[in-house]
Amino acid sequence: MTQATMTSLQRVLTTLEHNEPDRVPFFLLLSMHGAKELNLSIKEYFSKAENVVEGQLRLREKYKHDNIYTFFYTGIEIEAMGGSVIFSKNEPPNTGTPIIRDINQIKNLQYISVKNSPDLNKVLQTTEQLKIKVGDDAPIIGVVMSPFSLPVMQLGFSTYIELMFEQAELFNHLMKINEAFCIDWANAQLEAGATAIVYFDPVSSPTIIPKEKFIETGFEIGKRMISKINGPVAIHHASGISIPIADELSEMGAGIIGASTNEDISDLKNTFKNKLTVLGNLNAVEMRRWSPKTTEDKVKEVIQKAGKGGGFVLADNHGEIPWQVPHEVLMAISNAVHKWGKYPLVQ
Amino acid sequence: MEEIIDKLEQTLLSVNHIASNEILRSVENNFSPIELIEKLIVPAMNRIGDGWEKGTVALSQVYMSGKFIENWVDKILPPGHPQRTDQPQMAIAVLEDYHMLGKRIVYSLLRASGFELKDYGHVTVKKVIKQIQEDKIQILLISTLMLHSALKVKELKEEISKAGISTKIVVGGAPFRFDEELWQEVGADAMAFNANDSIKIIHKLVEGKK
Repeated sequence: MTQATMTSLQRVLTTLEHNEPDRVPFFLLLSMHGAKELNLSIKEYFSKAENVVEGQLRLREKYKHDNIYTFFYTGIEIEAMGGSVIFSKNEPPNTGTPIIRDINQIKNLQYISVKNSPDLNKVLQTTEQLKIKVGDDAPIIGVVMSPFSLPVMQLGFSTYIELMFEQAELFNHLMKINEAFCIDWANAQLEAGATAIVYFDPVSSPTIIPKEKFIETGFEIGKRMISKINGPVAIHHASGISIPIADELSEMGAGIIGASTNEDISDLKNTFKNKLTVLGNLNAVEMRRWSPKTTEDKVKEVIQKAGKGGGFVLADNHGEIPWQVPHEVLMAISNAVHKWGKYPLVQ
Repeated sequence: MEEIIDKLEQTLLSVNHIASNEILRSVENNFSPIELIEKLIVPAMNRIGDGWEKGTVALSQVYMSGKFIENWVDKILPPGHPQRTDQPQMAIAVLEDYHMLGKRIVYSLLRASGFELKDYGHVTVKKVIKQIQEDKIQILLISTLMLHSALKVKELKEEISKAGISTKIVVGGAPFRFDEELWQEVGADAMAFNANDSIKIIHKLVEGKK
């Protein structure tokens, strides 16, 4: 096999081994943009697996990125738990009011079934259909919200922080319920054909909790989860920082770390060298207004700082490209990676 | 005093409310409520805010500190206390979003600093326009987490202009921190990088109106 003939999957696997593939792999973590491709409202788009399958295929055809993304929207797990997601015209879905209004309800929480959720089943059908279409050409990236971060939506952020610091017994019970759900949900996606799982865990970031708290909570939970998820895992802090807990993150059993734009990509690359592949870190909020020239400059800079030696996948810093990011920027990212990302890199 | 501020900061960061309470109780009789706030509480909370800005303090520590201090200040300077009244009419809200943590942090810090303000919670543009007119709000603080919520400020600002209201809009939260030009794009009057910053901005806006 010559380097020029690498498939997206081969490219990604090579960089995960901390070797240089034919070019820098890049993930466009696009969820809602498929609705634009099909000229559907976001609500209609996510109402059928077939729409998301078609949307993902069209997006990849257009931008030539190295992944398929089966993430629907934040809050889909909450729907499975009886909560609501609010769809508005031309706006990203928004989670409704927290499903647990009184923390004492936690005591009565029961196991949450993945199989009984029509919404989660839609994601599984999407994954199965995409696997048939894509085969081993590109990695299919599934998503779970970590048991430790899910309560932000279950309880509301402030109530959850209070629970974490002040109500150990209820906190532990909630984690037990969420952990069982998270493992089932991740493994169901892998069984359906997902290549890897993004373990979104923003609450574990030092942006949100101090390192000492992370070591006694999110770190232990994450290690347990990753050991029970039957496939490769990427830890993602959804814009939160990572370097102060780099040693712990490297021990958790994941292969990839999602990088924040608030940390220098060179520092991240050096910190996680030969331990974790760095995924990032284009500013997902700012890119909404980038010109094609700015986009090219940003992509070039990140590649030159982090691309050498592999162990790097270019992506946004948040794990989901905002709905408002236009086609021109996405195309400019793709063009810039194809121009500046060929190995050996031109400095 | 420096030593007491240090201790208060440390106990707040370690979420040791019993120790924080003991420190405040040990000095409360030496100062008036306002002096205690200005000389001890505000400096300790400023240091915590600076730590957040530098990345050495986590958001949960900022929140837990603010919540404890707000409750404590409510005891020595209850709502409606005369020393709370000489303030601009203010309110805080989240716009078409259910993420309330940032709002709660700013609300607590402002109240812990002796300000009084209304908490509108989760609002739509239409609803908040009505509220700020009824309450004669001079400064409306909008806390955001989601990008689409931040972009809604533009619509709010347009409606404020149409209605001929002079309310100033101060925005803050993740989207504005990640894109430092966004607050101007949506037509806000100011952007606060953090809760402490919002106090400085309020003072500036008040000075500007005199």
